[in-house]
Amino acid sequence: MTGIRLSIYCIEIIKSKDNAKRPKRAKFSITFLTLDLKWVKLLTKEIRLEVKNLRTYFFTDEGISKAVDGVDFQVFSGETLGIVGESGCGKSVTSLSIMRLISSPPGRIMEGEINFNGVDLTKLETKELNKVRGKEIAMIFQEPMTSLNPLFTIGEQITENILKHENVGKKKAVERAIEMLKKVGIPLPEQRINEYPHQLSGGMRQRAMIAMALSCHPQLLIADEPTTALDVTIQAQILELINELKKKSDMSVIMITHNLGVIAEMANRVAVMYAGEVVEYAAVNDLFQNPLHPYTWGLMNAIPRLNREVEMLYTISGVVPSATDFPAGCRFHPRCQFADQRCQLEHPILGEIGKGHMIRCWKKSCS
Amino acid sequence: MMVIPDGALLQVEHLKKYFPIKAGLLKKTVGYIKAVDDVSFFVKEGETLGLVGESGCGKSTTGYSILRLEKATAGQVYFNGQEILSLNKKSMREMRKEIQIIFQDPYASLNPRMTVEEIVGEVLDAHRLVKKKEERRERVVELLNSVGLDKRYLQRFPHEFSGGQRQRIGIARALAVNPKMIIADEPVSALDVSVQAQVINLLRELQRKFGLTYIIIAHDLSVVKHISDRVAVMYLGKIVEMSDKRGLYARSLHPYTKALLSAIPIPDPTYKKERIILQGDVPSPANPPVGCRFYPRCQKANKICREVEPDLLEYEDQHYVACHLVS
Repeated sequence: MTGIRLSIYCIEIIKSKDNAKRPKRAKFSITFLTLDLKWVKLLTKEIRLEVKNLRTYFFTDEGISKAVDGVDFQVFSGETLGIVGESGCGKSVTSLSIMRLISSPPGRIMEGEINFNGVDLTKLETKELNKVRGKEIAMIFQEPMTSLNPLFTIGEQITENILKHENVGKKKAVERAIEMLKKVGIPLPEQRINEYPHQLSGGMRQRAMIAMALSCHPQLLIADEPTTALDVTIQAQILELINELKKKSDMSVIMITHNLGVIAEMANRVAVMYAGEVVEYAAVNDLFQNPLHPYTWGLMNAIPRLNREVEMLYTISGVVPSATDFPAGCRFHPRCQFADQRCQLEHPILGEIGKGHMIRCWKKSCS
Repeated sequence: MMVIPDGALLQVEHLKKYFPIKAGLLKKTVGYIKAVDDVSFFVKEGETLGLVGESGCGKSTTGYSILRLEKATAGQVYFNGQEILSLNKKSMREMRKEIQIIFQDPYASLNPRMTVEEIVGEVLDAHRLVKKKEERRERVVELLNSVGLDKRYLQRFPHEFSGGQRQRIGIARALAVNPKMIIADEPVSALDVSVQAQVINLLRELQRKFGLTYIIIAHDLSVVKHISDRVAVMYLGKIVEMSDKRGLYARSLHPYTKALLSAIPIPDPTYKKERIILQGDVPSPANPPVGCRFYPRCQKANKICREVEPDLLEYEDQHYVACHLVS
């Protein structure tokens, strides 16, 4: 509210200056005002999504798979939260839980809250949920070929979403679909709209998916490995596209990936996941300059980098534990070179170690 | 003309692989997909050549053609001075003891019905390298040890292993015949980051231990930079640039190489670099552009690029590039 009042006050000042016939000054004030509005936006950043103690289990023949086991994080308006981890760490199940896309049985959200703009999504009925999904929260998946329906044209699939959520006619929806395709950089959208997914290349399909996801101007976009199946030059195009679209709106993004490079480029804040838990949670610069959890540190040193040369890569010994049988104590302790007796017995909590920098580790530092 | 230095173990000359496109009721050939189109390079003994490019550029087909897993359309491949592509079946079998391959997907390249002992032992039997069963087991254990697995695993089936362990089994199988050269087709791209590092280090260790020569086919330029001595960049069936690693990464000449390098996301949020975003997609290899194959996506292309196909020429010492605008 203070922000709005402040801007009204600024407009008032400009008006008075206009009256005094000082156009140059007025122009200056307008730029000042836009700057000011940006500040207001930054200062009044609100929590858009809050995940609290989320536990999603799968009941399988081999036992209970604790894919997501006590995950907490927040996503603010207009920011990108990166979730990074290796396969099986629970990052995709987290995103599917937010969308309530966990098939039951075998899966079930056991515990926790998913507050989206103050509404707990875990408590919503399917009917209410469908009003949120695809409109306020949209998702793009890793493999655009398997997530687009091969029997319908791109246009039919995008307009379906628009018709469902917005009070517009068919003609208007088609227009909007074309506009969306243009926005995501698909050439000749009027023709492409009548094409089937198989007629598009991988990069174009992913663009079409993004167009579909953004067709109802969502407040939150969940991107689950959106570029993993693409070549690097196409990946660069898609990442740039997501960043550009984000700049134009106040959309929040959850970027799920295993690629630390993508995280460094896209995210404002990062949650590192391991064995169904968040093990480190920090602003992106903090995380890369000062990784504190031994797992994060290990990951960062295990990747070959273009701007650094080493003889041998650092390796994290062992393998990711199975979700049906996590080790007692700290789940990373069998692979951790710093582990001691406490790590074997007591399960660490996610504790704050610096401003906005949290880790789940008894040793509190890997140095 | 490429100058082949002494000590070249493998030499590939004008290799071509065209796949026919068949259509209609009679399956008439209506065109060709030129997966590999006139590729020449060499690999020196004991070195690692990285073959990089995006999907569909022909890097894997090049590897397969060398091993004759695909029948090359034209060209020659010399291994230690011996031409491979014209060998008869029996001599080729002998030749396969010298060159082995590791595949990308460790889930698909191991027979799920065979135990580890059978998978690795099969190679020994096929090449008649062991006589008795005990001798076979001994050798399999030795091979497993060299890739960091122990004999507990002998009787296990592939599904009992993680991706990284499976890739180790694949490597053990390749090592079984004591090859001089290993072609690794995307050896780590299916693996998780922490496991990827283990396999990369293993490949390097084995190279030192057994004096192996590698061709590493990969799309990840950071991995290739780490592991290779020299790198060849492919685009639409052609090598567009080839150089030792330092020259290629520090002083890339071809606009495609530059764009490819700039497109890699660097895991450092403070690292700022100029990014060249390529427009459009890779054209279809069934109908590649006339002239330079990269010109439709090249920002600097001019008239000559649209008309004349550039040759792979030596720009500096052992730094080859196929571009009209570099010279």
